[in-house]
Amino acid sequence: MVGVKQEQGDKRLERINGLIVLLLFQLAGESISLLSRVPIPGPVIGMLLLLFALWLRRRPVAALERTAETLLRHLALLFVPAGVGIVLYLELLQDSWLPIVTVIVLGTVSTLLATGWVLQWLLAKPWRRRL
Amino acid sequence: MNPDWDGLWVYLSGSPLLGLTATLLIYSLSVQLYERLGRPGYLHPVATAIAVLASGLLLFGIEYQHYFAGAQFVHFLLGPATVALAVPLYQQLGKLRQMALPVAVALLTGILITLSSALLIASVLGADELVQRSLLAKSVTTPVAMGISQAIGGIPSLTACVVIATGIFGAVIGPGLMSRCGIRDPAVQGVALGSAAHGVGTARGFQLNVEMGSFAVWRWLYPLCLAVYWCLGWCDFGGKCEGAGSNKANFDASSSGLGTENQGIDVLCGSKITILYFCYQKFLLCLI
Repeated sequence: MVGVKQEQGDKRLERINGLIVLLLFQLAGESISLLSRVPIPGPVIGMLLLLFALWLRRRPVAALERTAETLLRHLALLFVPAGVGIVLYLELLQDSWLPIVTVIVLGTVSTLLATGWVLQWLLAKPWRRRL
Repeated sequence: MNPDWDGLWVYLSGSPLLGLTATLLIYSLSVQLYERLGRPGYLHPVATAIAVLASGLLLFGIEYQHYFAGAQFVHFLLGPATVALAVPLYQQLGKLRQMALPVAVALLTGILITLSSALLIASVLGADELVQRSLLAKSVTTPVAMGISQAIGGIPSLTACVVIATGIFGAVIGPGLMSRCGIRDPAVQGVALGSAAHGVGTARGFQLNVEMGSFAVWRWLYPLCLAVYWCLGWCDFGGKCEGAGSNKANFDASSSGLGTENQGIDVLCGSKITILYFCYQKFLLCLI
């Protein structure tokens, strides 16, 4: 009985523990970013640290995986508040919509084709044997 | 008794409750609409939600700061979510190892092309420097892009919108365009989609063809992009870092006006960043 309860408790705490791990790594990342003055955002340093930690551990962490999955499944939602911030820059948009749209269109087309062609060339037969 | 509608409205428009509820509700509705219509690329739920919420704010004359008072709870989760990206990245490491070198080279080319084209086009067409900086960060996945945009003195909100628009555009035209230009291997298409249109592109890739392993490769982008941006940043940042403490503290969620810091950054980045930035620009212009 106690064992079952214990297990349920662990399950119930799973997401929270996962979140704690994420927040701790973010905290570490932010601290490193601030103290070392490296121009990389704190959460990104946290991500690299966590990747390194996972690589060192070499075993999956169920609690962390589930929390990460929940967060990332709704990743798109998290951009909405920042995206709405565009209302603050309508004037800027009005002034420079042409460059912005051109960059989006031409930049995307050139990136697609360049990446595709380079990869296709690299994966072609004479190279493949060596790589 | 006559209910005090005005009073209610005044109270609600100032409290965090309304912003948070509206964000979640409209996002949920956008997702349902998107699913109902068979996931057309142009109706991506994030774009719909942002468009609806932004028009709502303008229509009802609600200030962004008031909206953000509620929406910040969602926004805050971007930090932990960015850290959480390490988990899928770790899960993909094994698969990626086989194709690592060619894919890395191709992606690096893609990033350089994205950066150069953004800089070139924006400066040729005479975009504001603030806009140019915001555009530079556009090729990475959104949370990372926003952080970078803030770090190099752009506008995170503008970057977020540009990244989402790029993703949608790339995902819609990508497969057709590449097939027409002789790139037919689905694995290659997947990597290119991931490189140009990141998350949205990857989702589209999964939808068209289930060569999962190869499509998942886009996750390589993060460390790679970071390396490139870091090199760019490392040269540029000398001037900025003395004052960077206050900006960095503001990177995540804490600043309710996402843009209020930008003038500050502009002054701070003054000397070195501008010089190197323009050297890079001139160098690219010489190449044509």
